[in-house]
Amino acid sequence: MNMRSVSKNKKKPALDFKKTESKKLSLATKLILYRKMFLSRKAEEKIQEEYKNDEMKTPMHMSMGEEAIAAGVCTALGQRAQIFSTYRTHAVYLSSTEDIKGFFAELYGKDSGSGGGKGGSMHLADPDKGVMFSSAVVGTNIPSALGAAFANRHFKNKKIAVAFFGDGAVDEGVFWESINMASLWKLPVLFVYEDNGFAIHTPASLRHSYKNIAQVVKSFGYQVVEYSGADVEEIFQLVRSSLKRLDNGPIFLALKYYRYLEHVGTEEDFSAGYRDKNEFLKWHRKDPVKMQRDKLVKLGLVSRILKLEQEILDKINKAVSQAKTDTLPNPKRLYFGVYENEKEK
Amino acid sequence: MKRKNKRKISYQQAINEALHQEMERDARVFIYGLDVADHKSIFGSTAGLAKRFGGSRCFSTPLSEDALMGFGIGAALNGLRPVNVHIRVEFLLLAMNQLVNIASSLRYGSNGKISVPLVVRAVIGRGWGQGYQHSKSLQSLFAHIPGLKVIMPTTPYDAKGLIISAIRDNNPVICLENRWLYWIEDHVPKNLYTVPIGKGRVLKRGADITVVATSWMNVEAYDAATVLAKKGVNIEIIDPRTIYPLDEQLIVKSVNKTGHCIVADYDWLNCGFSAEVASRVSEKCFGKLKSPVTRIGFAPTPCPTTRPLENLFYPNATDIIRAVETKLGLNRADLSKEKFHTWENKFKGPF
Repeated sequence: MNMRSVSKNKKKPALDFKKTESKKLSLATKLILYRKMFLSRKAEEKIQEEYKNDEMKTPMHMSMGEEAIAAGVCTALGQRAQIFSTYRTHAVYLSSTEDIKGFFAELYGKDSGSGGGKGGSMHLADPDKGVMFSSAVVGTNIPSALGAAFANRHFKNKKIAVAFFGDGAVDEGVFWESINMASLWKLPVLFVYEDNGFAIHTPASLRHSYKNIAQVVKSFGYQVVEYSGADVEEIFQLVRSSLKRLDNGPIFLALKYYRYLEHVGTEEDFSAGYRDKNEFLKWHRKDPVKMQRDKLVKLGLVSRILKLEQEILDKINKAVSQAKTDTLPNPKRLYFGVYENEKEK
Repeated sequence: MKRKNKRKISYQQAINEALHQEMERDARVFIYGLDVADHKSIFGSTAGLAKRFGGSRCFSTPLSEDALMGFGIGAALNGLRPVNVHIRVEFLLLAMNQLVNIASSLRYGSNGKISVPLVVRAVIGRGWGQGYQHSKSLQSLFAHIPGLKVIMPTTPYDAKGLIISAIRDNNPVICLENRWLYWIEDHVPKNLYTVPIGKGRVLKRGADITVVATSWMNVEAYDAATVLAKKGVNIEIIDPRTIYPLDEQLIVKSVNKTGHCIVADYDWLNCGFSAEVASRVSEKCFGKLKSPVTRIGFAPTPCPTTRPLENLFYPNATDIIRAVETKLGLNRADLSKEKFHTWENKFKGPF
């Protein structure tokens, strides 16, 4: 046995995602996809509303525009997900866990937060619900997905390690080290490359010597899937059919989307002049949340949509008022959690 | 202490035995890094592991230290127990981001939900003429970071026992192994045993001066003790064995007894472990101190390659003897006839 040990199964035929796209989704799945996206969007709109009160003292890197990727990937993975995420992780966290209370309590720095207030917006995590950790130093979460996949192969536990990262992360050395190692060792890792064209405020054209990363990654022996758009059902289908190929080695999903808001903060920043609002308007016409809602309306599901939306809005409002009144950590909590086996002081 | 087992093995063999026995005991343990499975096997310390446990539990890797540390973190938080090896501590610096930003902080940031049971072994210290990138120690750097533990075994007995403890510890542990210590031989029991992380030991008892020494500096301190004993001065040598968490009580107890403290650290002095010990001794033994704490360590320079300058860079037994003489107001002894324990001539390189 060596590091390349892969499934004994005969190698599966090359990817042909177009064939699978036509496969019909159940109404239940369509609604789940919408629910997750609606939740992410409305949770962030609530953040926009409340952030100015300065009670949520944590830097917000908003997901708006990215909801279809988060919902599509997380729904396709379900309980098998082991996600290694980034600081722009609201949509991923909510799509994976749907833990609205823990989410808001964490943003408010409360004891009841998913990380007891220790992590905040940039480090949302709940390993039991599929989000292993979120890292705020760009690209640094990627190699841990490789190690997790190695362990999953060892334990044969059917879990799937996923690394989310943006087009800034691929400027980092650790990305290329990881791309090489995952392919070399045929590790069952799903790479989710979320390309919004900007790293902070600098466009890819000023950072990348290559035009198309998918081509470069392919040369490392990857199964690559490229997609540009915001149709959550299409993304879901792409991921679902990719997962069947993970036994052959890592898969690289190259997904384009548009970041609606500023790099960090809760507002628009088109007045800064580094990007064109028309580009935003082009993407916004095909907004993922609206697009999915329109589809469901066409299917005659209006009453179910309204019910679902009301439930989510109620949960968000309840979670926010609860988070506001929940207790802040006792000073003694400062020392808790540095080492295992310690006595809580 | 009675030792039934009188078998003597080297430091390198003790590490190798610890790894064999832990990998035998626990199928979750695996070892990886640059060249761990090649014919040189990290100075022999990983010899036979790939053959015995297979290529998925002992494997050589691409030269990607940064990603490899992240790989270990991911494997660790998912239930495996990785041992990541660096043939020189300088190479570990390429993985500092993963250590300092991720491994050290995941447990805290997740409010205790995640553990990272990861062991990082790194070879430190002098060969001959290794220059400024194959010669450091850096325990002070690692021990500065909350969330990491740092061990520095001196004897083969402690090397085996501490590495076993490190593998079983649910936190990230950095193990710093001095290249010159690899040849040291000692009684080491065949059975599995642990040396607790965070417990120092008294390497030699004495009543006159406390010398807190790390890693190879214990050998130098022992040589110094032999010379000083002829002059009727008995030094007590404390080997903390663990840099963090530090066995402060052991040091404080000794200094309260002797009233004098020399810290002989195998590292730079500035903002270093020696400063930490000096500070704690000053706080805890203030009324008992008969002299200020003295610190001995690397020269405040990068490590030079050429022999005469390299000799000056690393501290030695003579430095300790001179410090003791100064503290006690003794005349400087003639050391020209003394033969000190040095392996710079035994070391033939190239690494």
